[in-house]
Amino acid sequence: MSVVVIPREKATPLFNFFILLGSLFAGLVAVGIVFLLKGINPFFAIFEIFRASFGSFFGFKETLTKAVPLILIGSGLALAYRAKFWNIGAESQLLVGAIFGTWIGLAWGPSLPGFIILPLMFIGGFIGGGLWGMVPAIFKVKFGINEVISTLMLNYIAAEFVKFLVVGPWKGKTKYGYPYTDDLPDQAILKYLGNSRVSLVLIILAVCVALLLAFLVFRTRFGYEIRVIGENPEAARYSGIDFFRTTLIMMFISGGVAGLAGVGELSSIHHHLSYPETISAGYGFTAIIVAWLGRLHPGFAILSGLFFAGIIVGGDAIQMSMGLPATTVNVFNGLILVFLIMGDFFLNHKVFYQRRKG
Amino acid sequence: MKRIEKLEMQGITKSFVGVKANQDVNLTIEKGDILGLLGENGAGKTTLMNVLYGLYHPDKGKVLVNGEQLHLRNPKDSMKVGIGMIHQHFMLVQKHTVLENIALGYDEAPFFFPQRYMRNRIEEYSRKFGLEVDPDKKIWELSAGEQQRVEILKALLRNADLLIMDEPTSVLTPQEAEDLFDILRKMINDGHSVILISHKLEEIMSICNRVMVMRKGKVTGSAIIKDVTKVDLARMMIGRELSNSLEKSEIEPGDPILEISDLSVDSDQGLPIVRNLSYTICGSEIFGIAGVSGNGQREMVESITGLRKSVTGSVRLQGDDITNKSARFIHNNGINHVPEERIKFGTVANLQLFENSVLKKHHTTPFSKRMLMNYPVIREHANSLVEKYNVDAASINTPVKNLSGGNMQKLILGREISAEPSLLIAAHPTYGLDVGAAEYIRKELINCRDRGGAVLLVSEDLEELFQVCDRIAVMFEGHIMGIVEPGNCDIEDVGMMMAGSAVEKKQGENL
Repeated sequence: MSVVVIPREKATPLFNFFILLGSLFAGLVAVGIVFLLKGINPFFAIFEIFRASFGSFFGFKETLTKAVPLILIGSGLALAYRAKFWNIGAESQLLVGAIFGTWIGLAWGPSLPGFIILPLMFIGGFIGGGLWGMVPAIFKVKFGINEVISTLMLNYIAAEFVKFLVVGPWKGKTKYGYPYTDDLPDQAILKYLGNSRVSLVLIILAVCVALLLAFLVFRTRFGYEIRVIGENPEAARYSGIDFFRTTLIMMFISGGVAGLAGVGELSSIHHHLSYPETISAGYGFTAIIVAWLGRLHPGFAILSGLFFAGIIVGGDAIQMSMGLPATTVNVFNGLILVFLIMGDFFLNHKVFYQRRKG
Repeated sequence: MKRIEKLEMQGITKSFVGVKANQDVNLTIEKGDILGLLGENGAGKTTLMNVLYGLYHPDKGKVLVNGEQLHLRNPKDSMKVGIGMIHQHFMLVQKHTVLENIALGYDEAPFFFPQRYMRNRIEEYSRKFGLEVDPDKKIWELSAGEQQRVEILKALLRNADLLIMDEPTSVLTPQEAEDLFDILRKMINDGHSVILISHKLEEIMSICNRVMVMRKGKVTGSAIIKDVTKVDLARMMIGRELSNSLEKSEIEPGDPILEISDLSVDSDQGLPIVRNLSYTICGSEIFGIAGVSGNGQREMVESITGLRKSVTGSVRLQGDDITNKSARFIHNNGINHVPEERIKFGTVANLQLFENSVLKKHHTTPFSKRMLMNYPVIREHANSLVEKYNVDAASINTPVKNLSGGNMQKLILGREISAEPSLLIAAHPTYGLDVGAAEYIRKELINCRDRGGAVLLVSEDLEELFQVCDRIAVMFEGHIMGIVEPGNCDIEDVGMMMAGSAVEKKQGENL
């Protein structure tokens, strides 16, 4: 017997879907083994995760809260990955968005009404995240610097800058030495829905952005050019697509929506800028998996964003109820990404056994 | 170890999906031979050599060294019996030194202080064959010629008796090529033998003592260099059977469409490859560029279409200067281009057929309005292309990678012709296609001409050029050697010009 691997010519959407389910299932099995090693019944633990996040009204509200930044960033990353621009820097694009939002909110918040200051903050956050996202794009196209490294390193720069701001020039006068900025004025804060931590405005924003980006990718000239660049840069050159301009705009949008997520977190949950790990619980990284699970379709990022938000909420729950370390959830996320990428191999290749002749 | 006195390949047959790359090929080389292996692109030279080097397994046939049959499973087996290969693109680690590159994978180096041992060996061989190279320099600091010497040293130190060189002079300056030939002469005096893959006749005549010519996977001739002339070789290479030209109406050429004057272009290596080219193509005319590939055709086309900057000269389209304008500008002004490597440049394999059907004109109305793509119109366009140009595809929604080469080419051609360009540039449009598809595409080129368009057809296939062209220019080393009319000239003359010899004497009579 020998294993034969040949390139697969085409994959039907149904097959694609089964591979997706198979990858998820394999990820669950693998994480089950991790639970077993900790001496916990894996079926019970996985059941608990989903019960906590989707099984109760309280849990689902939390899931929605966490889904908002994941959907925003995940759909933006799907855009960048369509162009084969491996943006690993959404975390910092989110932070820079939050910085711009804080600045606008604190400077003009007190003197402007809510319906003006809030849009201003979001626009500012979009521009901030977008500009930050353009930096690695310029590096890549003009100097040939690998974007994986530059986006990853820019994460540290933005994080350290936020720390500098909150302990230095922007340290709040009302915060008694804590590393926070002053709170945003009331009109710059998004109201919660009922007794939850969810803002209806943010949910609508996230869903609209994801759908808008899906439209951008599949219906506009810009989206067409992005996909040509991603699939075949030589053909892009042949067909006269402006590589620099297109990449720059693409990363402005991808970074910009991460910036929106930053402002969203700021004005709905935190109300002030604080340490980077408080502002973003690793959303920029989790969203990478959200984009992949959504098959790089910005619209599907809504579903995969919800799914991963659920895992985060469920992970918090089992941490409390079963005494598991919080990082167990990260193991879960990482394993699922590994299996998703392995699933892509089966999408593109046929693998089968063959009896050796003679 | 016993040296290679005589190596034979007998009845080698190798086919890839649907294509017979080698059919019953025999090859013999003896100690002290430099055998030139001549043929057009796709003639099967490289396939044959990859069989010898153990990279491919032949479907039929055997390889014998000194009368003993070999079983070559991989390059390691080939190296063991003394066969070395130097690829067109060097396989060296750029950031390592010469010494480190040569030591890499070298089994005889001692475990302790390998540098000293290697240095001695390198110096010994450098002296012996005139392969001067500084062992401590990093590869990226070396010129192409020096890098090639490193490759040769690497092969020789691994006891290569038979050296296969794939187009060794294509990356070299003329002076470097001369140096290489000196090295090769020293090697054969030492009892080595060399197989030189090339499509430059000049080179084969000057360095080889024997030659073998391949065409479409078969051996079409084999001779001792003393007994043949360049014209003989050209004839073996291009074949003699020229079928009748396709039916074509008599049309008087229209106004000049493309005027090129004094155009010079550099290659990727920065060497001049197109030199002071001048010609004019008129409407209702198919202008062919004949010549062995690598003589500047690709670079010329790239500079006309805006993909490569020219060094001197001007390109004018219907009177307007379009020299060094962007690819999009040139396309918008009426030049359409069927690129040489259709999969690499002309299509996006993972995108669907209808999306590929507007590549390059996706930004023009009616396919896109303002910023939005008009997909209903695009689908309609794709459907009409599929129907009109007989593209055999499951549907317009299939990714283009599922199409066969011929259908891909029909799609590209249809896409480029349907825009009714003032100038259509087609580079090797029928390369690798079956007879039916090739004929179809040739007829479409003629249709385009009959509608009043100018066509620039670059091809290696003389048969094709004679079938469709109104005038044919022969390109050699970046120059145009002469321009002939197919109905009114001697194929021998074209062969001579392809081999680099001008034939002014007959020009006057023919034109």
